[in-house]
Amino acid sequence: MTPAGSLLAAHDLRKTYGSTPALDGASFSVHPGEVVAVMGPSGSGKSTLLHCLAGIITPDSGTITYDGRELSAMSDADRSALRRSDFGFVFQFGQLVPELTCVENVALPLRLNGTRRKDAERTALAWMERLEVEDIGGKRPGEVSGGQGQRVAVARALAASPKVIFADEPTGALDSLNGERVMQLLTEAARSANVAVVLVTHEARVAAYSDRDVTVRDGRARDLEHAV
Amino acid sequence: MTLLDEKRPPAPAPPARPSRIAPWLRDLALGIRFAAAGGREGWTRTLLTAVGVGLGVTLLFLAASVPHALDARSAREDARSETKISENPDAQGKKSDTSVLRISADTEYHDRTITGYLMRAEGSHPVLPPGIDAVPAAGEMVVSPALRDLLNDPDNALLKERYPYKVTGTIADEGLRSPGELWFYAGSDTLTTASGGHRVTGYGDPGPTPPLAPLLVVLVIMVCVVLLAPVAIFIATAVRFGGERRDRRLAALRLVGTDIRSTRRIAAGEALFGSLLGLLIGLVLFLVGRRFVGYIEIWDVSAFPDDLAPDLRLCLLIAVAVPLTAVLVTLSAMRSVVIEPLGVVRNSRARKRRLWWRLALPLAGLGVLALNGQAGEYEVVNPYPITIGAVLVLVGLALLLPWLVEACVNRLRGGPVPWQLATRRLQLSSGTASRAVSGVTVAVAGAVAVQMLFASMNADFNKATGQDPTRAQFYAVSEQVGGNAAVDTIERFRATKGVTQVIGMVEAYASKPGKYSEDDIQPTTSFNVGDCATLREVARIDSCEDGDAFVVHPRNDKDMAGWMDKTARKGKEVEFESGRGRKLRWTLPADAKTVVSRKDPVGEDRWGIMVTPGVIDASTLPGASTVSQIRIDESVPDAAEYVRNTAARIDPGMRLVTLTSVARDRQYASVQTGLQVGATLTLLLIAASMLVSQLEQIRERKRLLSVLVAFGTRRATLAWSVLWQTALPVVIGLAVAVAGGLSLGAALCWMVDKEVADWLVFLPLAGAGGALILLVTLLSLPPLWRMMRPDGLRSE
Amino acid sequence: MSIGHTLLGLLESGPRHGYDLKRAFDEKFGHDRPLHYGQVYSTMSRLLKNGLVEVDGVESGGGPERKRYAITDAGITDVATWLAQPEKPEPYLQSTLYTKVVLAMLTGRNAGDVLDAQRSEHLRLMRILTDRKRHGDLADQLICDHALFHLEADLRWLELTAARLGQLQKVVTA
Repeated sequence: MTPAGSLLAAHDLRKTYGSTPALDGASFSVHPGEVVAVMGPSGSGKSTLLHCLAGIITPDSGTITYDGRELSAMSDADRSALRRSDFGFVFQFGQLVPELTCVENVALPLRLNGTRRKDAERTALAWMERLEVEDIGGKRPGEVSGGQGQRVAVARALAASPKVIFADEPTGALDSLNGERVMQLLTEAARSANVAVVLVTHEARVAAYSDRDVTVRDGRARDLEHAV
Repeated sequence: MTLLDEKRPPAPAPPARPSRIAPWLRDLALGIRFAAAGGREGWTRTLLTAVGVGLGVTLLFLAASVPHALDARSAREDARSETKISENPDAQGKKSDTSVLRISADTEYHDRTITGYLMRAEGSHPVLPPGIDAVPAAGEMVVSPALRDLLNDPDNALLKERYPYKVTGTIADEGLRSPGELWFYAGSDTLTTASGGHRVTGYGDPGPTPPLAPLLVVLVIMVCVVLLAPVAIFIATAVRFGGERRDRRLAALRLVGTDIRSTRRIAAGEALFGSLLGLLIGLVLFLVGRRFVGYIEIWDVSAFPDDLAPDLRLCLLIAVAVPLTAVLVTLSAMRSVVIEPLGVVRNSRARKRRLWWRLALPLAGLGVLALNGQAGEYEVVNPYPITIGAVLVLVGLALLLPWLVEACVNRLRGGPVPWQLATRRLQLSSGTASRAVSGVTVAVAGAVAVQMLFASMNADFNKATGQDPTRAQFYAVSEQVGGNAAVDTIERFRATKGVTQVIGMVEAYASKPGKYSEDDIQPTTSFNVGDCATLREVARIDSCEDGDAFVVHPRNDKDMAGWMDKTARKGKEVEFESGRGRKLRWTLPADAKTVVSRKDPVGEDRWGIMVTPGVIDASTLPGASTVSQIRIDESVPDAAEYVRNTAARIDPGMRLVTLTSVARDRQYASVQTGLQVGATLTLLLIAASMLVSQLEQIRERKRLLSVLVAFGTRRATLAWSVLWQTALPVVIGLAVAVAGGLSLGAALCWMVDKEVADWLVFLPLAGAGGALILLVTLLSLPPLWRMMRPDGLRSE
Repeated sequence: MSIGHTLLGLLESGPRHGYDLKRAFDEKFGHDRPLHYGQVYSTMSRLLKNGLVEVDGVESGGGPERKRYAITDAGITDVATWLAQPEKPEPYLQSTLYTKVVLAMLTGRNAGDVLDAQRSEHLRLMRILTDRKRHGDLADQLICDHALFHLEADLRWLELTAARLGQLQKVVTA
């Protein structure tokens, strides 16, 4: 039941933490280059859905297909390798390694995948230029502002040339102006590189940057346009 | 009616008199309450502090007991020594109703020394050494408890054979120097002064106590310093344990209005509670451990439990100083943490560390030691300069380490991802890592220095005795010289199981008679009596008959030969003197042949006047003794014991000297073991501290770890980064420790005037340090991997 | 606000007289402005003409106030279409939305769907505005931002209402 042409699709996911069902029959799909917003009230299971889609956690039941491969059938090591090569992540906070410089942070996913340091840092700097934070390359995350830090995180997510970026409330800790800027840069860069974006947010103005939105309520996901 | 309804504002409360004491006490009390009722985490921290303090206190009590223990030992030893009549050790009193004849019947068994005396009362009220009620009857003996256990063990049948006496009693504690001592008194009814017996007229030698061997002083001080440093670090780490929740609580207090000083006082209160608890633990540990101390033997030294009674003043000092130190350590650890009302900010000091005073300390320490100068073997040594010097060096090394770690780490760049993560992390917070590692530095440096000292002592002993065990392993000296004593002795030794070569003769010394002033040396040469067969073994003799006399010249040593001939004048007299005043003159036969010596079967070269028994009756020679040299086949088990048994059968008073430095080797080995065990325990303690810090760090970075997992970081990558992060400071610390320890060790060796024997003693300790790295890393991995869960990403 | 649709929706639950309709309308929707009888009758005659209602019965006495109106199938379809169709997002939408929600509840339909459809429409407009911001100059951006903020405010109200549907159900159907 995979929607035609989708890059990443999930069907009837269920996941329970303890006695609370976080996902209760959620379905989802995203196509290459598409920006999809996942919206819903707090506690609705949006983040859990994101984690399942990215292969970080395995659902109790349901299928997740990425590029024709069945994620839930893959081993932990394989999923980890997939995340290294094909996925990028942006979180709300606490995601940059505080002891590395910003350039080293952006280069990290590339290096984890085997790229040599010089090449990785060169690519990293190029992306940081695109996100307008090239001048803070040598500073540590503790020394830059929130907005700059978030842009570094976005650069990090894009640097390894992923196919899908998973962003979990990327502007949650930022003020309006910084948030707008980050969203603009993220969606522009993603679209130009044909990278799909799964964007979890509860803010409408952030969701407005997407092409389509999916609402998650009580563990169920509803695509309001396609009525999945 | 509410306050708002009132027309006037309420009158301000009368100003309270500012009290200086009350806030202190209140904060401390609050701290104590937190420590006692702070939940599982608070209790863990309190317990850790208490354990650390307890260990330190026990150690200090032990050290404080050493002087008293040693005093008690020497007091007991003095009490059982013979009361000296004069300076001359051979002088003896007159026979009386109370005098006793005795002869030493020492032996060695399986590398342990057994000391004892054969006694014979000369009257009906004999003087007794402490610990026994009466002189044992002939054929009976009174033994120390340790010796009794040894004899009762069926494996020691050879020993029982050697002492064919019936055990009739045990020596009481006051007659023994230490509980593990092997000591006995046996009875004899054939002992006479002629057969070697020495008359004792009283016990108790109130002579001056021999001063503490300087080495012992150095050892005790160094061990204290070396072991206390890690304890201090352990306490400092325990204080910071469970930081998160406690920090949040303190931050909440700050919100309510408590100021920084108050929060520090509260933390001090917690530490105070923990350390008071620790004091209690330490006291209990000491009192309980004391009971078992009799079982520990280091350097053949063990102590009675009652000997370990620390000086009361020192105890009070320890009881005050230790909690105080714990509190001070807490306050200093808190200084680097700033508790802000809305969270905790770890303040990384932006101050640059300065090198000059860090380098100055250890150099100053070495300087103090150098200035103190060399101490002779038995000189009274002043412990203070040594303490200060050694402490300065060790503390200086510990303080040098943070600067060094920072300097090394700041230069590091690049490398694979785990290396990069580790070096960057160290660059950011090298202080924390250095703290624990400085414990390693102090422990290893101290242990290396002490081991060097003991290695040099051991080697020195070997050199001094110049003994080469490839030759004879034993020589036996007996005062029974009459008749066929020599031949008999040789025969019986030859017949002993395991003996390969024996050579023996009656030995005495002959001098040229005449008057000599103090500056002149009286020509003397050795005088031996042996049968022809024996003589043929030691010299190139063509023909020999009983009644012949020979002058044996050394091979290839004309000077010695000439010196000999001064005494050995054919046809002239020589003089025998025993030192007890007896002199005898005898004429060397004019037809004595001059021959050259040869290497005897046990590898010795001998020269001197050698005669057959028919020439002179050996029992008339003053100061003569039968000396045999024996070589055994070491592959025969217990060959040494068979020899000793034979010796005891021939003459219980025979002195059998072992020519191997076996006893010293064993003592040295036990010290080595003790040091290694101590160093290992110390390193384990430090490993625990490092582990606690590492776990704290992992917990702090829970969210970051989850993020790293999200974008696919391998577990191995993080594991390697933990390894490098632990290894780098420890390796630097070990390098500093080895360099510092070798320098300190060399200085100490110089101070006691011994050459450095073994520069490589640091290898096992360095290996232990490496093992520590692996241990801490491996133990950090499971919690690390447990933290690498996506749960950390859940912000809902 | 479409009175015609509202009256149709009220009729869906059952045929009513004209004055009944007015009373029900006032009770549920006319808090500020009660409905004129004239408005009611003129609306009803229009609906009759369009075939969305029919006269069910006539009370004796004749006259417009005595007619009983009932909804036709076409009328039901019309109500359904109207409920499912989201409104054009513009200021002061809340009364219309509120009406729709209540009517959905009264006619046994899922009120949540009405809200969801409206949310979707709002978001669609927000996307268009965001896109326009990208290509416009600063003046365009300011104007778009202004609209976006208002739309976001509406959306938050929609979400809040969605969360309160249970309570509202109890009040409305009491």
